[in-house]
Parts: sequence; structure tokens; C-alpha cells
Amino acid sequence: MSLAKITQVKALALAVPGDDIDTDRIIPARFLRCVTFDGLGEHAFRDERTGPDGKERAHPMNSAQAARIAAAKQGVMVVGFNFGCGSSREHAPQSLWRYGFTAFVGGSFAEIFFGNSTTLGVPCMTLSKEDLAECDAFVRANPDVEVTVDVEKLSVSAGAKTWKASIAASARDGLVKGKWDPIADLLEGTEPVAKVAAGLAYVAGK
Amino acid sequence: MAKTLFQKVWEAHTVRKLPNGQTQLFIGTHLIHEVTSPQAFGMLRDLGLKVKYPQRTFATVDHIVPTNELKEPYSDPIAQEMIEALRKNTKDYGIRFFDTTTGTQGIVHMVGPEQGITQPGTTIACGDSHTATHGAFGAIAFGIGTTQVRDVLATQTLALSPLKVRRIEVNGKLAPGVYAKDVILHIIRVLGVNGGIGYAYEYAGTTFDGFSLEERMTVCNMSIEGGARCGYVNPDQKTFDYIKGKPYAPKAADWDAAVARWASFASDAGCQYDDVKVFKAEEIRPTVTWGITPGQAIFIDEKMPALETLNAADRQTAEDAYAHMKLAPNTPIKGTKVDVCFLGSCTNGRISDLREVAKYLKGRKVSASVKAIVVPGSQLTAIQAVHEGLDKIYIEAGFEWRGAGCSMCLAMNPDKLVGDQLCASSSNRNFKGRQGSQTGRTVLMSPLMVAAAAITGQVTDAREVFKV
Repeated sequence: MSLAKITQVKALALAVPGDDIDTDRIIPARFLRCVTFDGLGEHAFRDERTGPDGKERAHPMNSAQAARIAAAKQGVMVVGFNFGCGSSREHAPQSLWRYGFTAFVGGSFAEIFFGNSTTLGVPCMTLSKEDLAECDAFVRANPDVEVTVDVEKLSVSAGAKTWKASIAASARDGLVKGKWDPIADLLEGTEPVAKVAAGLAYVAGK
Repeated sequence: MAKTLFQKVWEAHTVRKLPNGQTQLFIGTHLIHEVTSPQAFGMLRDLGLKVKYPQRTFATVDHIVPTNELKEPYSDPIAQEMIEALRKNTKDYGIRFFDTTTGTQGIVHMVGPEQGITQPGTTIACGDSHTATHGAFGAIAFGIGTTQVRDVLATQTLALSPLKVRRIEVNGKLAPGVYAKDVILHIIRVLGVNGGIGYAYEYAGTTFDGFSLEERMTVCNMSIEGGARCGYVNPDQKTFDYIKGKPYAPKAADWDAAVARWASFASDAGCQYDDVKVFKAEEIRPTVTWGITPGQAIFIDEKMPALETLNAADRQTAEDAYAHMKLAPNTPIKGTKVDVCFLGSCTNGRISDLREVAKYLKGRKVSASVKAIVVPGSQLTAIQAVHEGLDKIYIEAGFEWRGAGCSMCLAMNPDKLVGDQLCASSSNRNFKGRQGSQTGRTVLMSPLMVAAAAITGQVTDAREVFKV
């Protein structure tokens, strides 16, 4: 399986502020009633975007900037801390990715969300609290300026600004080498897998 | 060298180091359900791959099953499509399916322990964040995404990085009316909803030693709500006794060897932890959430926090929470009107939960203003409860007695809040919109506190209502 090397994402950005944004908010459970991920993009942040009366609410995902990202099918979402907490549903990063977001920049990410995103080839970069505040402010003030998420050089930059960013070394390695989906590696090594399995009594039902 | 259970299990299941530095980890037990598996089977077909160890994957259906209609097709055609997809996938690939017709269906985190599939010293993965529940048996159990479900189906392995281990010790005896649920809500309140990122939680101390396996499951279940992907309790005699005789438990000839093996996985005395936190059981009181994250919790007799006492980030989340919950800072939560009461979920839908509440419910009546439902987590639990006559106690008190499933914990089936109803819930998440209505409100609490709310129509102290 040949995958693109993701060393850099350069795109317009959207700030979606707040800490502890859970995956129920990103994609409400009723949209999990499906057997494929198709069409999830249009429901990203559905209940944050639309009120119970069916009217649009004030939310960054309802902005013209969000629409530009959806049209371009690439974009950077700037988020807060513990983004993607809660449920393990891959539907959450799938919906944002299908909407058009190809990178996340935040203070921290919930682990399962992080893994689900990077396995889709969507980097989740972490900035320090101060840098994140600066990045967030810059993105809001300069919607026309593209943000560069550099996975290889571990930085996020926009205009004249550059912030130091981090990502788990294994995720970075996978992205820049075009091996962010681990299936090819996992399918190798059939022999050592069989050896470990043979050493585990419970696998044999004992 | 002295090692933690986490390290021992990790080493026993390590296949090799991957080029990116991660570990290829063997997943001995894989659990699947209808929501996060169909896409994985789709990927498998697209890639032309087979299921490598079909006998090590176990399936059930829980999220979408209605709890008040037994006949198929279900009134929700999408739910019907999802259950049929799982039937087809498990049949095509030779996977054991604990279907609704078998009397063994239930929430996936209840089926594993009930069947004896959940065992100490094993690795367990499931496309469900509450998989840490199985850690109560001394397993390393964690939630995974759907692409990872594909990985396990195709290779029985995952690419993972090891976690740090934080020992959370709780010592002493809980006061009457204080439960395992209060313990985990208190831990999350103190350590935060993101405090566990990067950690496995090892729950220990005399309080956990005294806990039944079901109480341990309640605590491990909510590890993810504290940010920890995995949580466990070291296995002991109670663990072995619980497993003994279950359908998938080792048979008589293998039993002694299995117990010796299981015991050897417990953390060694003198092993090194990356962090240790200690709590006193006596200081924990019945705990309820007031906000939109499980960490926004207080003791029932406390006031909700004043905004000026919070730091900037917590204050922003709290303002959002108060607006959603329609509650006011610096006021008591006690006395808040309740519309719906939900007793169930993988956190608190087990037989011990149903028995404990039933003990106090006899002769009491659910308030006329409250809709109260009790949803046993599994068919086996429901059958046992009926056998003990518990269903009658609930029905006489005014609860609706329902069939097994996840139900109103996340409202993927027809059990949903309406409008801004407030639900006293024994489940695990109070996220905005979690219980099926965008403006619905959830207050998490122990099962007995849910019963007290049902009777009084208010968030209240079960110790006073039931003279505990």
C-alpha cells in the first residue's frame, strides 16, 4: 500500500476554541447509525452549529472561513486542550477530515482521537499554552493567511510567526515516511505473531 | 527487576519493534459491536484481507438495540441494517456472535466478563472507549478506532506505544451510601478529565481489595473519563472466583495452571510507578456532576463552584456548562428538579447494582413527575434479576423494566431525552446532547442516588431518602 508522505500541510485555518471538546460534540451519536463513513463530513459539529429550532447558531463551523476550507478540501483546525475526549468513535476525525480538515493544532489531544487522526494521515500538532493562544489569535485576525503545519520540522507557522510544535515521534515518523497507516507493517512478521500467540495459553483456550 | 502488571502483560504480548519505534502488540481478545465494526469489515474486503484469528474475536450488539421492542425488523430501519451487517460479517468470517436471540446478548463490556472471556494477564481491545472495564480483572484493555479494529481483524496485532503507569491508591472503608461510582467520580474530579493522558491507571489500596469484581468494573470503566485509555486492578482470589465456571473459563484440568499464571501478572512489590496518588475512602461522599464533563462534580451536600474560584480555562468550560445545564454557580445542586431517571449502562447496569437499589426501593414510589427506566446491561443480568424477583420491585415502584443494551447512556436507540429534560443517570458521560436531545441535561451519580432522585423528583442525598 503506497501512501503519500505528509511532511507539511499548508492551508487556511479555522479556530474552534474551548477545552475538553468531546467526540459527541464533534459528531453526535445519532450520526453513528451507519455502516460506512460516507457523508459524515456534513454533520461535523452538527448540534453546535444548528439549534433545536433548526436555525444556525454562532459557531466557527458556520463561518465563511469554514466554507472555504470545505470547498478547498484542506484546512487546519486550531483547537484547545484535550480535544476529542470521550468516545473512541473514529467517526469524529472521519467527519472533520471528510469536511476538509487535514491537520489539527492544539494544546493537547485525547489519545484515541490522536491515533484515529494520524492513522488517517491527519497530523495533530501540540503547541505550548502561550504559543497556542498566539496562534489562535493570529488565525482569527488573519483568515486569508495560510498556516503551515510542518510535521518534519516540528513547527507551525503563519505570516512572520513560527511556533515550535510537537507530535509523538512514532506518528511523525509514520507521516513523513508515508507509513501513517500501519497495516502494511503489521501484515509483515506473520512468524513472530504466531510465536507470541503460541506462547499465550488463553489464545488456545486454556 | 520488579515490574507492574502493565509491563508484564505488555512484554508477554510484544511481537516486535516496528520501524517507527512503536510496538507491534498481540491482542489476545478482540471484542466488537455493531457501531464501530462495519466499516472495518468494509476495509478488510477492500484490501482483500481475511480475519487472522476468528476464534479470538467476539461480537455482540448493544448500542442500537431497542429496549422495549423484541420483534424485528426494528422500527428504526438503520438499526436493523446495522444488526444485519454484524450478523453477516460474523457469519462470513466465522466469529462468535452473542446475538439478541441467544439469551447472552448485552453491553459488550458485560458479555466479556459474564462469558469468562475476560481474563487476567490478557490484552483486550474493542472499538469502544469503555473497554478499560475489563481491566477490573487485571487485563490491559483499551478502546481503539475503527481502522484499528481492521488491524486486529487482519493481524490480531496493533501498533502502539507503551503507557506510563499511575498507581491510584484508595484506602479505608467507604461510608454507607457511598459507592464505587462515587470513588471514580471523585478521582476524576481531583485528577481532571485530561489528567490521565499518557497513563494507564492502576487502582489499588484496601478499598479496592475489598471491592467485588463488579465494583472494580465500575471504577475501571470510567478511566477514559479521566483521560486514561486503560485502567486495571491487580488480580486476586476474588478475580479467580468470579471467572470460575464461566463458559470460556479454563476447564478443570487447566484451572490451577491458569490461576498460577494469572497471579504471576500482578504488580510486584517494590515496582516503580511513574506516579502515585493516594485517597482516603472516608473522605469520599456521594458525588454528582453539575456540568458537561465528568470532572465537573461535587459532593451532594456541596454548592456548585463560584466562577471566581476557577482558573481562566476551567471558568470558560464552567460558564458553558452552567448555560447548558441551566444551573447557577455558588448554589446547591441538591433540590434540582429531575425529569428522567436512567439506571443502567456498562458503568452501573450489573446485577449487584440492581440488587443494591432494589433493597431500598421496596414500598417506595417513583414521583409522578418522573419517567424512570431500568435497563439491565445484559440478557443474563436481566434473567438473573427476574429470577430473584427484582423486576417486580422496580415495576411496583414505578420504573419501566426494559431489555438489555446501552440505551439512554448514549441514546442511539429510541431511548432519548426530550427537549431540556434533566436526567439523573447512572451512566458515564454528561456531555452536551449525550442522552439524545441537544438541550438535554445529564447529572451523573450512583444507582442508589438515581433511585432517590426518582422517588423525590429531585437531585437529592440517597442517604437521607433511604435512611442508609
